[in-house]
Amino acid sequence: MELNIRLRNTKSAIFKGIIVFFAFLITVPLIVVLGYIIKQGIFQVNWHFLTSVPAPVGETGGGIINALVGSFIMVMVAAVVAIPVGMAAGIYLSENPRSKLAYYSGLCVDILQGVPSIVVGIVVYFWIVKPLGTFSSLSGSAALAIMMLPIVIRSTEQTLKMLPDSLKEAALSLGVPYHRVILKVIVPCGFAGILSGIMLSIARVIGETAPLLFTAFGNPYLSYSLTKPMESLPHLIFTYATSPYDDWHNLAWGASFILLMFVLVLNIFTKVLTRKWKVQL
Amino acid sequence: MESTIVKAENYNSYFGDNHVVKDVNISINKNEVIAVMGPSGCGKTTFLRGINRMHELIPNATSKGKILLDGENVYDMNAIYVRSKIGMVFQRPNPFPNLSIYENVVAGYLLNGIKISKADKDVIVEKSLTSAALWKEVKDSLHKKGTFLSGGQQQRLCIARAIAMQPELILFDEPTSALDPISTSSVEALFHELKANYTLIIVTHNMQQAARVSDRTAFFYMGELVEFDDTKQMFTNPADQRTQNYITGRFS
Repeated sequence: MELNIRLRNTKSAIFKGIIVFFAFLITVPLIVVLGYIIKQGIFQVNWHFLTSVPAPVGETGGGIINALVGSFIMVMVAAVVAIPVGMAAGIYLSENPRSKLAYYSGLCVDILQGVPSIVVGIVVYFWIVKPLGTFSSLSGSAALAIMMLPIVIRSTEQTLKMLPDSLKEAALSLGVPYHRVILKVIVPCGFAGILSGIMLSIARVIGETAPLLFTAFGNPYLSYSLTKPMESLPHLIFTYATSPYDDWHNLAWGASFILLMFVLVLNIFTKVLTRKWKVQL
Repeated sequence: MESTIVKAENYNSYFGDNHVVKDVNISINKNEVIAVMGPSGCGKTTFLRGINRMHELIPNATSKGKILLDGENVYDMNAIYVRSKIGMVFQRPNPFPNLSIYENVVAGYLLNGIKISKADKDVIVEKSLTSAALWKEVKDSLHKKGTFLSGGQQQRLCIARAIAMQPELILFDEPTSALDPISTSSVEALFHELKANYTLIIVTHNMQQAARVSDRTAFFYMGELVEFDDTKQMFTNPADQRTQNYITGRFS
């Protein structure tokens, strides 16, 4: 009996050791990758780097302002479309989980989430780029919006589903009409969760290259136009990292560092805000 | 002559094909406290939710017959109007977690977009919280979230929220079943005071509670209204054998 218990304790200890080891192990690649990018990129970043366009071959210096502005504009335009549409769909799915429409649109959301981003790019190419006859930042935004939708929809749906029905009943029993119940009670109570979904979807698409390859295309000059090709951070990294010039490689490392920092800050920001705004049920 | 405030005429409720409330006829007077008791699944809550048309919010739920509020059938009125005229307090306290205590009390106005002045709001908040016997406890923390209160305080906050809309009738759906004994007695004490201004219908499966708080008691069994009489009469000398069996604890 004594021995048996000691054996059990040993087994438990071994099991615990194994999970702790793997939990530690998964942080290693992350730290290595982060460290490497920071090491390569941090010294490229200075005021000049952030405020000027890339220099032509043979000239030193140059920056990534065109990609910073481009990524910002494209993600913002995509967000303006994807957030309201995604939230509306998410509200519908959480409110009518048993309807036929919810079943099929839920299925579509799952499939959309699994569609490779390059395929989204091709589709947008045939839908928008070809008819318009030109690469444009608008088509890039469209591709990014499609990528954002499933994340916004699912996070809205999941968040709202967790809210107790009693909350809705409380509002309805006061004679509050349905649309106000949703807008004034349900959405505000789930706001932290919805917001974190939105932030994560932005963090997700800001690093997308594939859907931009044949939509926004890229542009070595600074452009604000929605109807002209536009540079983006990931696309700039792709172009400059695959070039044969050392100067351009450095530019790509610098841009990688900026992109990484942006995603990191966005994630931390989301965590802090969600904690702060979380409604105590 | 006492005036009737609520009257059910051949009222029936269904969940799909399931007939849960069967042909109920009942007439409730102003400023009465009515207890509705019966074993689980007897249709008492469903009946209650039929009065302010909350029943129909459940998918597949339907109803037949009439519920007259001041002589007018609620099923001919706008559901939203009906619900704003009839207050409701639920089994579990459900203050709005995103609103402060103050905002919770005037939630009926805020959420409906009814504009009232700050001074009016202050008056309503103080009056409602006083009626709900909560004012003294929360008057210094009105702008804290309502969810920081204890269960009993939250339930009284929900009562204040219902009172703030100045309803004639307040429905209570097992209002103390999620509360500890001390909170329960504080809520029960409140019923006696509310009686002066409101009509209360209280669903409970606690017989002692029915006996303690109500003027008249309705006993539901298997969807039927078996007996409706003075509470004293009902507990000392019930007319129906099923009521007798229930109050003597042959089933619960």
